[in-house]
Amino acid sequence: MAAEDLPSQFDVVILGTGLTESVIAAACSRVGQSVLHLDRRNYYAGNWASFTFNGLLSWIEQYKNQQEVQITELEQVWRSLIDEGEDAVPLSALDSSISNLEVFCYASEEEEKEEEMKTPLSSFQPVNAETVSEEANGDSTEAHDTVTGDDTTASDAKTPNEEHEVSEPKEDQHTSDISEPSQSQEEKESQLSSSPADPPVEVQKKITYQKLVKEGRRFNIDLVSKLMYSRGALVDLLIKSNVSRYAEFKNIGRILTYRNGKVEQVPCSRADVFASKQLTVVEKRMLMKFLTFCLDFEQHPEEYQDYTEKPFREFLKNKKLTENLQHFILHSIAMVTQHTLTEEGLKATQHFLRCLGRYGNTPFLFPLYGLGEIPQCFCRMCAVFGGIYCLRHSVECLVVDKVSNKVKAVIDTRGQRISCSHFVVEDSYIRDEQRQSTAYRQISRAVLITDRSVLPSESDQQISMVTIPPLESSAPAVRMVELCSSSMTCMPGTYLVHLTCSSSGKAQEDLAPVISQLFHVSTIPGEEPSEGAEERSKPAVLWVMYFNMRDTSALDSSSYSLPSNVHVCTGPDDSLCSDYSIKLAESVFHHILPDEEFCPPAPNPEDIIYDGDGPQAEGPGFDESTNTEADKSLAEEEGNSEPAEMDSVTQQAPLDMTPASEE
Amino acid sequence: MNLYCFTIYRSSSQLSLSVFCQHGRVKIKSTAQQEEEKRKEKEKKLKAFVSARDAVLKKRSAGEHDEEALQLTRQLLSSNPDFATLWNYRREVLLHLETLREKDEVQKLYESELHFIEACLKVNPKSYGCWHHRTWVNTRLPQPDWTRELGLCDRCLSLDERNFHCWDYRRVVVKASGVSVEQELQFTDRLIGSNFSNYSSWHYRSTLLPQLHPQPFHSHRVCEEQLLKEYELSHNAFFTDPNDQSAWFYYRWLLGRGVCVCVCLELLCICEDTSAHPMLCVCVCVCSRARGDDQLCVYDLHVCVCICGRSELSVEKSSVLQAELQSCNQLLELEPQNKWCLLTIILLMRALDPLGHEKETLAHFQTLKEVDPMRSTYYSDLCSKFLIENTILKMEYAEVRVFSLSNKNLTTLCHLDQLLFVTHINLSSNQLLRLPPHFAMLQCLEVLEADDNAIENLEGLYHLPKLEEVSLRNNQICKLSDLESLASCTKLTRLDLRGNPVHRTAHIESELSQLLPRVTALSL
Repeated sequence: MAAEDLPSQFDVVILGTGLTESVIAAACSRVGQSVLHLDRRNYYAGNWASFTFNGLLSWIEQYKNQQEVQITELEQVWRSLIDEGEDAVPLSALDSSISNLEVFCYASEEEEKEEEMKTPLSSFQPVNAETVSEEANGDSTEAHDTVTGDDTTASDAKTPNEEHEVSEPKEDQHTSDISEPSQSQEEKESQLSSSPADPPVEVQKKITYQKLVKEGRRFNIDLVSKLMYSRGALVDLLIKSNVSRYAEFKNIGRILTYRNGKVEQVPCSRADVFASKQLTVVEKRMLMKFLTFCLDFEQHPEEYQDYTEKPFREFLKNKKLTENLQHFILHSIAMVTQHTLTEEGLKATQHFLRCLGRYGNTPFLFPLYGLGEIPQCFCRMCAVFGGIYCLRHSVECLVVDKVSNKVKAVIDTRGQRISCSHFVVEDSYIRDEQRQSTAYRQISRAVLITDRSVLPSESDQQISMVTIPPLESSAPAVRMVELCSSSMTCMPGTYLVHLTCSSSGKAQEDLAPVISQLFHVSTIPGEEPSEGAEERSKPAVLWVMYFNMRDTSALDSSSYSLPSNVHVCTGPDDSLCSDYSIKLAESVFHHILPDEEFCPPAPNPEDIIYDGDGPQAEGPGFDESTNTEADKSLAEEEGNSEPAEMDSVTQQAPLDMTPASEE
Repeated sequence: MNLYCFTIYRSSSQLSLSVFCQHGRVKIKSTAQQEEEKRKEKEKKLKAFVSARDAVLKKRSAGEHDEEALQLTRQLLSSNPDFATLWNYRREVLLHLETLREKDEVQKLYESELHFIEACLKVNPKSYGCWHHRTWVNTRLPQPDWTRELGLCDRCLSLDERNFHCWDYRRVVVKASGVSVEQELQFTDRLIGSNFSNYSSWHYRSTLLPQLHPQPFHSHRVCEEQLLKEYELSHNAFFTDPNDQSAWFYYRWLLGRGVCVCVCLELLCICEDTSAHPMLCVCVCVCSRARGDDQLCVYDLHVCVCICGRSELSVEKSSVLQAELQSCNQLLELEPQNKWCLLTIILLMRALDPLGHEKETLAHFQTLKEVDPMRSTYYSDLCSKFLIENTILKMEYAEVRVFSLSNKNLTTLCHLDQLLFVTHINLSSNQLLRLPPHFAMLQCLEVLEADDNAIENLEGLYHLPKLEEVSLRNNQICKLSDLESLASCTKLTRLDLRGNPVHRTAHIESELSQLLPRVTALSL
């Protein structure tokens, strides 16, 4: 706890390691600013994080425990550090951006009740385990009622602004397990891994819950589900800044859509249109003709000028496109709503088309090991250029100069005063007192682990993007990304499915109807135990998690009453791409450093001139990509690392990387 | 790999702290420094290359065939695989070593050679030397592994589907390993599926299909059922992208399969002796028009009359073609400006009913010339050909000896071989530039009307024994020498040259009467 661990002076202090903050950190560090980058969590990337299955279970645990966390009164410590002529602006210690979290498990439970009592994670699903077994007996309705009953009471009792108090319906079931909130993740993990000590009997190829836990390290479950447009702001930035060298990517293999009760492939590229069996040749021509027009629609204003004030949907109708084609274009290519105006729809279509073919037959890329890799890559760039990182380390309050109304220092959670000229902070650290408006939108999210693809094809290793138009006119359109195991986000034999939509209510209310359409969920009331062939053709849900995430992207600097050198970064938005966050990072950067270039290319290691002899003699520098020899030796130095379990590192590394020691 | 990244991250970030913190910014070498370094690097490389090359060539002239030679050529070729001499030398060495070793050692020797070539192909996937050497190595290999070779081709083609070196090599591999035609057809399916602008795949398909369902008497025909599938495939391609020609070419090949263009003509040839006593002899010869024998060689026969037999289309075939015409018309509705579509429609119409569709054909030709002005002359020539064919068809039915093609915008003359009995030909008001040499085939011709053209060359009016009257009003005949060939037409008595630039030549009348003494009625 030595305060001397950190220098007392930085150019920029950044709190929160989400995408926007990480990009700002990298950009500032890259042009020579001294950067201190903090996060109160014990993992990187905030709400952009990816977790192993076990890591996610801990995260769920933390969420539930949060309300019980005692806010330790450090006030007196930092009071003494405030001088005359200075004001203290305290920050929030609680993160209330996640709400309505609910978990259901449908994977069969091999172990008996005895086992469950030993395991802390079994706390999430005893009720469900019962429903599963009761379901097997053909008595499903009653079990289901208990679930929904709890749900409604919970939602009725709480208003949206009190989300963090909205608790798991089955809370009483696991109070016994919430032992100490301070229990470290390592301890939990060791418990998790020890729990299935007696190996579960492998029956057929059925995936049990124990198996999910045992293979939990193969999962990288994103809190935010986004894809990267191959010509979007994020990809451009990754290329421009050379940060792309820290990550690997996989193409999205296909675009699917849900239509007339069926999942269909959307023909979007030339090869797709050619190969499509669902389109007639005339439709093929109409589609290609329309798409070609969209590519440079600005050149042909006469085609659409009558429709600039009208919805894109009407424009499509007017173009005499068939129902089929209208659906594909509106929902899956432009991905706009019924009300989007023509020009915006054309622009969206154009963007989609321009991204085609750069890296493959669809416009999208996905980072291997999950989206959570991306903020970490930028953090890495920041660290390479001298940025300092501390996790589980936050800022208690800002020290504001009364005269200039500017932040001159921050006081961290260890009571150290650190002066800085700029302070960048994630929205969730801001207290309500500093807000002008608290009207947020919400994002509804569901994460599913399923046993097969929604549209099986020759290759079972494709990432699919599925657009699901509103089931009812009032419901939001749902975006679904199905990840295969070769994307390094789930164990072989399973698929990780992310559903996202802008909320109209609780995540479960928004998304459960869609899930029951596309998947086989074993607790659907009235379902016959002897399933018809149709039901079985759907993938079965093994595990599902619902939650709402606050979408603060509509807020801007006028929404906060904060000093001018405090820059608030809003969290993830509900769009498919990350362009919003990147643009925000760029604008904050230009606010801080108006005359500097944003993320210029990092130099090649061999082009750097090293002053003095020390570091140069030590070897590999950061040229890890080309020097495999060095890679190996470094990996060996690691000693405790298990090369087979690559995913484990995402969980370990952030902890280990914290420069300030925990002891 | 991620593991490595992270572990290095940790050490490098600690390292970087000590590197960068005092300096604030990273110091980077200037571009001049970098260039200088690059230049030095290059020079060093060149020096090494040249000395190694000299050593190798010296060894070769000394006739040394040892391991060292392999080693040296290996170094050179891996940086420049296009050095053919070195590949030759390597073959010499390998052949020598082969005699010294056991069979399984030879196998190993050549297998390592294959690995080496693979590395060279990564340097230049279009190196002639590499591919040739690989083929050679496989012929020397005691137990060639064709599956691996096929795999190599697949990888290579997935990187560059138009690498013709690889296509060539693949054909060798397929032949040697006996891959079934069905599998190969699936292979082209796959390639076409990923990108249908691929001539190589389409063409390969066209060689595979006839093998797949061989028909007993027509070795180049494709069975009907398969044809329909192929039509569908090409529809998909050209409806998706009508401007992509690869599928259109394939489609036209397919249509050819159906129509059976290779019409066997039974020719009845009537020979007439050059002597004053005509003696008719009849002979029957068979020739195939598909071989390009549109113009029959007139051996020692002076008159050769052919009775052209058109093969009638079977009902099924014409209904298939009718359906194809419909889908093309459908496409034309959507893409009225597409030249491939227009051209294909014209060809289909001709195959179905050339006379019935004449009007539409002409309209389509007009559009074609507008949308594709670069090829307008080609289209005019093609149109002329079709018009002449149509006229011949009509004439056949009427069995007349008078042939009129006036005012049809003809730009070229063809199929004259089918007009050998014609005595009276009218070519007035066209856009002909010349009467080509094979015009001399019309040995029965008595009267030629070719007014209002742009003819400047009369080389085809040569040795026409029955020609009596020629009218060439309003053409572009400029010089007296252009008329010289007429002197060989011994019966020519009437010649009309009004409206030609030649009349401005001095003493034209006297010159002409000297050149063509038999002409009695001359109009200038």
